[in-house]
Amino acid sequence: MTEASLPFPSLGKWQRATVVQIRRETASAKTFRMELDETSDYLAGQHFVLRLTAPDGYTASRSYSVASAPDGSKEIELTVERLPEGEVSSFMHDEVVVGDELEVRGPIGGWFVWRGTTPALLLGGGSGVVPLMAMLRLAHRLGRPDLAHLIVSTRSPEDLYYAAELARLQGTVLYTRRAPEGWPRPAGRLSSADLPASIGGETTIFVCGSAGFSDAATEILLHAGVASERIRVERFGPTL
Amino acid sequence: MKPTRGFRGRSNRDPRLPPGQYDVGRDWPVLTAEATPTVPTGSWTFSVGGLVEQPTVWTWEEIQALPGSTYSGDIHCVTTWSKLGVSFRGVSVDTLLAAARPSASASHVLATTHTGYTTNLPLEDVTGGQAWVVWDYGGEPLAREHGGPARLLVPHLYFWKSAKWVSGLQVMDHDEPGFWEQNGYHDHGDPWLEQRYQGD
Repeated sequence: MTEASLPFPSLGKWQRATVVQIRRETASAKTFRMELDETSDYLAGQHFVLRLTAPDGYTASRSYSVASAPDGSKEIELTVERLPEGEVSSFMHDEVVVGDELEVRGPIGGWFVWRGTTPALLLGGGSGVVPLMAMLRLAHRLGRPDLAHLIVSTRSPEDLYYAAELARLQGTVLYTRRAPEGWPRPAGRLSSADLPASIGGETTIFVCGSAGFSDAATEILLHAGVASERIRVERFGPTL
Repeated sequence: MKPTRGFRGRSNRDPRLPPGQYDVGRDWPVLTAEATPTVPTGSWTFSVGGLVEQPTVWTWEEIQALPGSTYSGDIHCVTTWSKLGVSFRGVSVDTLLAAARPSASASHVLATTHTGYTTNLPLEDVTGGQAWVVWDYGGEPLAREHGGPARLLVPHLYFWKSAKWVSGLQVMDHDEPGFWEQNGYHDHGDPWLEQRYQGD
């Protein structure tokens, strides 16, 4: 971590977020499109904190990466994975309908961001694809699909987020447990053979996923000769 | 704030949880911005420098030989998880500062790490039995992904202040934002005051 961090955009106050659309991604993931009251000025890769308030004043907050590319509107999309015992994610999945008003604060994060001006290799594991999808969508929105190459690792076709759009945007999908019929690559974990033949010196690599996926991906990159300062990692999930 | 339609929240809330935090249970999520480094104990050092009368460097063997100290309690991450009833063992920062003797004008420290990460802390938050350099978690060597071989532990502040792979403390007479603080996180980070981000 020798590179200077990016300037941090000012963090907004809590603001109302009205749910305008809900899409199911997988059996355990939904995307919530929300219109914010004030602004949604953010960079691809950043996250927002979502807050729920009970009648007695108790609150529960969780951070969610933005899945949509910044487009100048007041709308953002958050993809929420339902976690076992997840206080916020269960509520989002079981209770929230279009028209509901939630609260968000953000954007947050000045490190794991991509502005769409330099080449980026995006390696996502499972739900770690979410902030990377914002980057891939941004590349296409800017008319520079050549700048972003997304590789997503997922267990099976049923676990893949944004499946139709990934096919259209030419994201590379690796299945670790079970691939669809006729898929050219057999099921298996990410390996060096899955990386592009050469990774240019200007390329920033964004890795997002569980601790296990992130560590495995960074090990593969380091072995492939990628300098560690070009790798940016966002980990989540349990390690025990 | 207006209640969220339909949200009641958990009923039996643990009083050990600061506002906005949830109990992560047995899990221990990892939040870092970089590749997990391998720091061999053979080349590991810990230094206290800056505004001190006696700049001091300890090797792995030397720091292990200092009087030990244990923390048993809770830890709180800014990303809203808390881990309750944990136990770490290492050496009190008081012991390290006593050897280096901060000068009278000292007011803050910048914790540095073997990866280049930094975080800033007021001197008063790392003295008085509130901060440790630890290498043992629950009786086992601290795992690499959690900062092993040794990390800073300042459990009364959000956990990004407990720098992993810690390499030293730079004693200063002013505050200087570290890595996450430059990226928008709070300079102090008290979980009971929800000092998560700059401006909180």
